[in-house]
Formats: sequence, structure tokens, C-alpha cells
Amino acid sequence: MTVLAALEGMDRLSGGDVLVAQNVAFAIMAITMVASALRMVTTRNVVHAALYLVIVLAGVAGIFILLGAEFLGVTQIMVYIGAIVVLFLFGILLTKGSFGDDDGVTGERRLMAGLVGFLVFGVMTAALVESFADAELSRSGPSTTADIADSIFSAYIVPFEAVSVLLLAALIGAIVVARKD
Amino acid sequence: MLLNQFLLLSAVLFSIGVYGVLARRNGVLLLMSIELILNAVNINLVAFAAFTGTIGGEVFALFVIAVAAAEVGVGLAMVLLLYRSSRTIDLTTVDRLRG
Repeated sequence: MTVLAALEGMDRLSGGDVLVAQNVAFAIMAITMVASALRMVTTRNVVHAALYLVIVLAGVAGIFILLGAEFLGVTQIMVYIGAIVVLFLFGILLTKGSFGDDDGVTGERRLMAGLVGFLVFGVMTAALVESFADAELSRSGPSTTADIADSIFSAYIVPFEAVSVLLLAALIGAIVVARKD
Repeated sequence: MLLNQFLLLSAVLFSIGVYGVLARRNGVLLLMSIELILNAVNINLVAFAAFTGTIGGEVFALFVIAVAAAEVGVGLAMVLLLYRSSRTIDLTTVDRLRG
């Protein structure tokens, strides 16, 4: 609490131009997420990779809340951490023993993948810095769940129905693909 | 807060996801890296929704979450099928369709 009070004091000192508390929260979450994501793609233990993925997904939920998208933050935690990660752990469980370690990856493959990743990052960074050099986020309050509901069931009703059909098709498809016949 | 700090975080996560897709041979890890990429895209959508003050980006992020759930379901079913037919999920051994 004292830390928060101190951060609020710094906020007032800067005349409210820079949101110190939000920026500190962002920095902590961003560093944690990037470190966990790097460990996720480099660790040899698949279960550890799933646990690092949980940290990244929780960080994304925090970023959503920081951006004022509270409903999305809660949805992120429920759908991703609650359901998708459990699905991944089941997948690891059911294929266990076939592939303990991933240490057979050759150096050349890693080098090329790293090069491609770095190039993608470089191109995107150049484009972003060029386009949105110092664009500030607007200081509007959080968006409410009612706004999202209104929007989904009026302007985005057709994509919403398409997504429901897609989910049904994926459900049936997954059962058909994975069943033993 | 600057818009770019969110977009750059998203770009970093996206690139790490691309590295994971290209470098790892484990089928489940490949799907996890794809989730990382989709989450990076979601950060972009929500950041632009906050930037423009509109709600459309958040709605589309919700759609992306739904599509990601469907993708993981079908993807893991395929990995299980692969495991059952060849007792491995090493993706470098999956080249039966190569001409």
C-alpha cells in the first residue's frame, strides 16, 4: 500500500501527465511476460513450458485490465488459464513418454528460427516506431461489459453466429478425429 | 501511457511465438507457440480499441479467443491421432505427404 501511495505521489508531482503507477505495473508485467515466453520456447521440459505459458497468459490478462478491458481480462483467465492450459496438460499427459526431451533440435534449425524471429521483430519495430512514434492512449475509463454485449448483439451479430457455428464444428471435428473406432 | 509500449510488447511476444513454431519439434509445444502468437495479436487489438476509444477491437479479441479455443481442440486431437498412429509427436518425422 505504501508503494501505491508513493506512486500516486509521483503521479501528482508529474502533474498527471505520466501515469507512473500504470507504467510501473506495465514494466513489471512486460518483463515477466517476455522472460516467461523466452523460457517457454527454450525449455526442454514440456510441462514446464505449459506452466510458463500460464505466466504469459496471466500477464496478458493483466495488460487487458491495464487497458481498461476488464471483461476481456476475466475472459482471458477463465478461457485460457482455466480451459486451454488444462487441455494442453491433458495433451502432454496422453502423449507422455513419446517425447521426453526436445534436445534433438539441431543448432542450424534454432539459428534459422532465431534469425526469422529477429527479422520479424525488427520489421515490426521499425514500422511501429515510424507510425506511432509518440501516440498517447486516450484517458477514457474502462469499457463496460454492457457496451461489449450491445456491440456483439447488434453490429457484430453475424460474426458472432459464425463463431458459434465454428465452435460447434470444431467440437464435432475434434471428437471425430480423436475417437478410437 | 504510450500506444507503442503495448504494440512493441505485442511484437516481442509475436516474434518469440514465431521462433517457437519454427524451432520446436514437439507437436504440443508448437500449439503453445501458436497460442502465444494469438495472444500477441489480442494485445494489439485491445490496445487499438483503447487508442481509438471504440469497442470493436475488444469484440474481435473475444472472437480470437473463441477461435483459439477451437483451434486448440482440433490441434490437440490431431496430435493425439498422430501419436496413436506413429507413437511419436516429433514433427520432423511427419513427412509422409512429402513428394
